[in-house]
Amino acid sequence: MFITQVLNGLQLGSIYALVALGYTMVYGIILLLNFAHGDIIMVGAYVSWLVMAQLGLNPVLAVILSVAACTLMGVLIDKVAYAPLRNAPRLSILITAIGVSYFLENGAQLVFGADAKVVPAYTDLQTIQVGDLALSFPSVLTVIVTIVATVALTLVVQKTKLGKAMRAVSEDMGAARLMGINVNSTISFTFAVGSALAGIGAVLYAMAYTQASPTMGMMLGTKAFVAAVLGGIGSIPGAVVGGLLVGFAEVIVTALGLSVWKDAVVFLLLIIVLVVRPTGIFGRTMNEKV
Amino acid sequence: MALLSVKDLHVSYGAIKAVRGISFDIDEGEIVTLIGANGAGKSTTLNTVAGLIKPDSGSVDFEGETLLGLRAHRIVERGLALCPEGRRVFTQMTVAENLEMGGYTRTDAENRETLEKVYDHFPRLKERRGQVAGTLSGGEQQMLAMGRALMSKPRLLMLDEPSMGLAPILVQEIFAIVKQLNEAGTTILLVEQNANMALSVADRAYVLEIGTIKKTGTGAELLVDDDVRKAYLGG
Repeated sequence: MFITQVLNGLQLGSIYALVALGYTMVYGIILLLNFAHGDIIMVGAYVSWLVMAQLGLNPVLAVILSVAACTLMGVLIDKVAYAPLRNAPRLSILITAIGVSYFLENGAQLVFGADAKVVPAYTDLQTIQVGDLALSFPSVLTVIVTIVATVALTLVVQKTKLGKAMRAVSEDMGAARLMGINVNSTISFTFAVGSALAGIGAVLYAMAYTQASPTMGMMLGTKAFVAAVLGGIGSIPGAVVGGLLVGFAEVIVTALGLSVWKDAVVFLLLIIVLVVRPTGIFGRTMNEKV
Repeated sequence: MALLSVKDLHVSYGAIKAVRGISFDIDEGEIVTLIGANGAGKSTTLNTVAGLIKPDSGSVDFEGETLLGLRAHRIVERGLALCPEGRRVFTQMTVAENLEMGGYTRTDAENRETLEKVYDHFPRLKERRGQVAGTLSGGEQQMLAMGRALMSKPRLLMLDEPSMGLAPILVQEIFAIVKQLNEAGTTILLVEQNANMALSVADRAYVLEIGTIKKTGTGAELLVDDDVRKAYLGG
């Protein structure tokens, strides 16, 4: 029972962490709170539904197409909505992000209807036996995938040329230009990676909750945003730790039989962090860019 | 043919005209300096040549081809590097990573070779290559900024206020390196408020005042010029 709850916390926390990574990376590079990021997950879930339930195709194909669609959607949103505002005041681009979020939610409602669609199971394997324990396979898979994705992301950011360019752009865009770094393509790359992680999150979420609905990204995105702030926005380890904290907080509250309070507890956590340590757990005070 | 030729350049920030019709050129192998007071338009001129700012009018030609309309990262590929005012090293990255960013447009093999040369010019950077740049002293950060600019193997290196905020002994050191880099074959465009030092290393100089060129001559001529002495060299 205890193990199951821990696994539930890890599973939910992992999904929040994957989504929070996208928030934190985009904020790190262009100081934008990309409120449309949560809705990317909704896109991924609908793609899985389309591929499996409507077209009757292979679940592996559904995973690939969902992640690809999310990646493409993230880059497209940046190119169409945010890139033209690169030199505009930050408030303009923030409001645009909220607009994009509404656009995606209402667009999905128009196309697919307001009712939730049932995403078929990606796999028949529902439990795995470890000794005496029967563990939920989607939970175990979610945790493993998140660990792999986080390690891979850390390696990309720390070791690869593009990853280093991302860090350079996020610290000083003008100086990065002077190095010969193509800032626009570096930003696109950041959106692509963040959205691909959201795509993975979408698949894992749909695997756990088997639903796609137009507004599913709203609460998920908001909580992942809380996770990113909790960990320290702009920090990759922060997003993971924040995600796990939010996930565990929800699971603990639910296990105590207070599940109606679980959302409130998450936002209470946010308020506490903002009061006690506004930069988050791993955050450092960022210099405002002039 | 001049390596860099700027003609009748006009640049403004909104309604403020920062540069009002500047023309100058630099030949291969020279050290040319732009001197002048704060707000004379020196940094604006360099930033325009580097592609960070779009001019209102005028022309900027490098090796006979225009640079206007090229984005900053393309200009680096053409062989111009700007070491910006205030150094602007990547403080959260290591010295080695900063240098790697400087060679962003080049291959790893080319960078390995250039890196050795940069370390020869700046042995202290080699000692500190694993250190995070934000923990370096001001002088070391300036060396890093210059080394980083050199990593792209520029034909023309533009230095914006390299002596700013440095102790006199370090200023001497930085200018000695500037001279050394030039002797090793790099053409240099230097912007300085420390006119004395700038004129003593420069082959030629242009004096800027409120966005226009007031005077031009060799470094030695301007060092003894009465107007220049009064305005920029403290009598």
